[in-house]
Amino acid sequence: MSTVTIPRPSKPWGVNFKQAIPDVVAAFATLLITYAIVAYTPLKGKLAFVIVLFLVAVIASAAISGIRRDRKAALNSISTVMIYVAGMFVIFPLGSILYEIIRRGIGGLSLGMFSTDMAVTASDAPLSEGGLIHAVVGTFYIVIIASLISVPIGILTALYLTEIKGKAAGTIRFFVQAMSGIPSIVAGLFIYAVWMIALGNQYSAAAGAMALAILMIPTVARTSEEVLKLIPSDLREAGLAMGGTQWRTVAMIVIPAAQSGLITAVILGVARVAGETAPLLLTMGGADALNLNPFAGNSSAIPFYVWKNFLLGTETAIDRAWSGVLVLMIIVLFFFSLTRFLSGRKGRF
Amino acid sequence: MGGFGINFTTRSPSRNHPSAHFLRGDSSICPVSTATSTLPPKREITTKPRFSDKVFRAVVTTGGFSSLVILGLISLFLLYNGLNVFRTEGLGFITGFDWIVPLPEEGLPAQYGIGAMLYGTVVIGLIALFFAFPISVGAALFLSYYAPDWLKKPMVLVIDVMAAIPSIVFGLWGFFVLMPHAEYWAKLIHKYLGFIPIFDMPANAFTRSPFIAGLVLAIMIIPIITSISREIFAQTPLDRIQAAYALGATKWSMIKSVVFPYGRGGVVGGAMLGLGRAIGETVAVYTVLNIVFDIRIEVLLSAGGSVASMIVNKFGEANPDELKALMASGFVLFLVTLLINFLANFIINRTARE
Amino acid sequence: MSTIQGANQMSQANPVHSLANVAAAHSASKGDHHIAGTGIEAKNIHAWFGDKHVIDDVSIDFFPGTVTALIGPSGCGKSTFIRILNRMHEFIPTAAMAGEVLLEGKDIYQSGTDVTKIRLGIGMVFQKPNPFPSMTIKENVLSGLKLAQLKVSNQSELLESCLVRAGLWNEVKDRLNEYGGALSGGQQQRLCIARSLAVSPQVLLMDEPCSALDPGSTLRIEETIRELSASMTIIIVTHNMQQAARVSDRTGFFLSDGGPGRLIECSTTSEIFSNPKDKRTEDYVTGRFG
Repeated sequence: MSTVTIPRPSKPWGVNFKQAIPDVVAAFATLLITYAIVAYTPLKGKLAFVIVLFLVAVIASAAISGIRRDRKAALNSISTVMIYVAGMFVIFPLGSILYEIIRRGIGGLSLGMFSTDMAVTASDAPLSEGGLIHAVVGTFYIVIIASLISVPIGILTALYLTEIKGKAAGTIRFFVQAMSGIPSIVAGLFIYAVWMIALGNQYSAAAGAMALAILMIPTVARTSEEVLKLIPSDLREAGLAMGGTQWRTVAMIVIPAAQSGLITAVILGVARVAGETAPLLLTMGGADALNLNPFAGNSSAIPFYVWKNFLLGTETAIDRAWSGVLVLMIIVLFFFSLTRFLSGRKGRF
Repeated sequence: MGGFGINFTTRSPSRNHPSAHFLRGDSSICPVSTATSTLPPKREITTKPRFSDKVFRAVVTTGGFSSLVILGLISLFLLYNGLNVFRTEGLGFITGFDWIVPLPEEGLPAQYGIGAMLYGTVVIGLIALFFAFPISVGAALFLSYYAPDWLKKPMVLVIDVMAAIPSIVFGLWGFFVLMPHAEYWAKLIHKYLGFIPIFDMPANAFTRSPFIAGLVLAIMIIPIITSISREIFAQTPLDRIQAAYALGATKWSMIKSVVFPYGRGGVVGGAMLGLGRAIGETVAVYTVLNIVFDIRIEVLLSAGGSVASMIVNKFGEANPDELKALMASGFVLFLVTLLINFLANFIINRTARE
Repeated sequence: MSTIQGANQMSQANPVHSLANVAAAHSASKGDHHIAGTGIEAKNIHAWFGDKHVIDDVSIDFFPGTVTALIGPSGCGKSTFIRILNRMHEFIPTAAMAGEVLLEGKDIYQSGTDVTKIRLGIGMVFQKPNPFPSMTIKENVLSGLKLAQLKVSNQSELLESCLVRAGLWNEVKDRLNEYGGALSGGQQQRLCIARSLAVSPQVLLMDEPCSALDPGSTLRIEETIRELSASMTIIIVTHNMQQAARVSDRTGFFLSDGGPGRLIECSTTSEIFSNPKDKRTEDYVTGRFG
């Protein structure tokens, strides 16, 4: 009976210490060369450093691969460096945006912000005066009214595409896709033309909501369609096989089964339009005072509030604009996380 | 057939059982299929749906057609309102670059031409694509083929959050944070590459230029193009990829020979969708672009415009006549965006089907 | 049960003979039953998907109070055939059919018929158990009533009787308010059977109801089928010949030789398995193909 020793599992293709040494040395060398170039040539400054680093890294890795192996490997190294750079680059803007929003906006945040409006505040009044309650209320109104309009239409559209599957389904899908590309300002112009020019109404939160609804419908419709398509046709067949009418099968079986997905579709739509500015500029009037009537009279919303303060240009106005942006981002990120959370859950089953 | 050689006795079922006759071997009740030479005609299957179902179908169909209706109404109203302007200006509306709104007492005719704005829109769109496309495709390749697993999920999250950021945030950030840096970069570009006409500077005005607007738009459209490219790359057939590796390809040659040919159409479509989004952007462009009704090729100069930002610019003080011109401009923008999106989706769908 | 055990012992010796024995034992154990319902008759049924002819001239008269098994290799139209019986075939956009299906003497495809009423009288149990995920066990069983808007004076009585007939009552009587998804596969299928029973169909169609289940659940469901046949007509599509032999009174053998599916032979189960008249039937039931 011979004893067999079982070899230890190993990964011969993996990177071990010995093989990695040349690469580590090369990386250090790249940094050193870059420092040298920046120190001893006219190229100076952060930008120069970054660009030189990039170029040296590309050339160095190409050279090393080219010498060690061949031209193909050199090309591979160049592209690898560039692709890594592209990947890293994508992260920076977001980092900068979030950082700046918090840095510049947090100063203006206060609880008092949510209890006053800008009706009697001068454009250069200190941050302790004035607030954005009128904008918050306005955003609240337009989101609710826009949802009331777009959710039924969006879900009905999705139901048409998945339950009725009529002959026009392809056309409708095409038009929904087309609708999702409408520039937001065109939606605002349209509502202005219809609601205010043709029908003679004034600026109002409801008008803004109608413009937003146009932008929200495609999102709700498309996401709802995806969600409804996931419901296995078994369930529908079982309902129909028992003698249920189509509407009862849909209402009592399909929609409850899809309910968390449909809620996600709605919240996605809300997240999409909560921060829109351009259509509001044409339909809401931009009030400074709190207006509790969503159907008549100038109103404001958080993006509009930011916009107005930006245009005012004074230092405190700019601070207010940043605070408004911070509030807006908190709201948008809240909805965003909500959709992630809801679509991550499996629902009741 | 008989006889497997089994002999078994059956307890016969009760003779009174009404169905007893077929519990015995009476197969004549069940005629077997004979190959039919002439097939009977297909029946028309009709149902008489319940009233509630008819209502259901009507309601759902109405809701479903609403998107058609809305799109149609938008075209109708914008066109109707802008009709006079189109008629008076003719093709000059699109090509002319004078936007003159005379004071009423002057008694001069107004002139509306969005040519400069259309040009400006195209310019900033192209600049945005110029920066966004390589970065997006690179990032998509990074996520698909290079990134370690622990990095993928956070990066995808970052991209999705970026897609959710409202445009006014980009407007503010672009103006206050990016522009100072971009101004510096523009100065550098002018210093070293100023011999190229587009980088020339007739005046020392580097802020709020098409270059900066293009940069802001680029950052805004990177998430879209990246996401679509990633989806396309994910659909590349795995066996082709492995065949390339088996032939000794490096990662880059695999990408060049398999991924790009396969995904070319989809990525182009994604880029066009990004372009469509950039063209329709309003507030993000408004803050970082100075509107001047003139066509200039110098992209670093503080003069440019886009149709969308022009509409917002002029809306506040427009008289009814000018408003109609703005409606006409909106209609043109609407058509252009629709066209680009339609083309983009067409290309993407065609690639996806392969 | 003992006949089945005996048959299983024999099956080690000679599969063919044991099938025949099982079939014989089954038909022998049927004593007097009430005749319930009216049965259903298919006359000269053809079916197409687009231009593809998939069922060629099938006629079967399903008698009340019997269990009929439809056997045959995959793809010869058995599932399509039973979907024609309860007008589910027409959901597929390219579907077309010819022939008549008579329920209580009336053709269910006649123009002007209320399809939902037809489906009330013909129940269906699917291959993969599909209890409604958003409903509790109790709501699942009674869902047919809600869907068809039927009024029943005593819902809990109906609930209990359906679950008893489906053989599930003892296992779930204390958890009627739990969600259906928590049950095992076999229990879920019995829940689906109970659900179909709640609207008192006269005909019950079963499309390979046990193919996704383990043997233990399969036998329980076969017991249920035998008990249910007293009060309704049952038609079961199955790939499992032993099951057909155990459970059915009559058997129809479908076959397609590359073209449309045809009914090769249809007779009492004992005849089919011990004395088939067509060579193809014999080849199939003796396991030479399929």
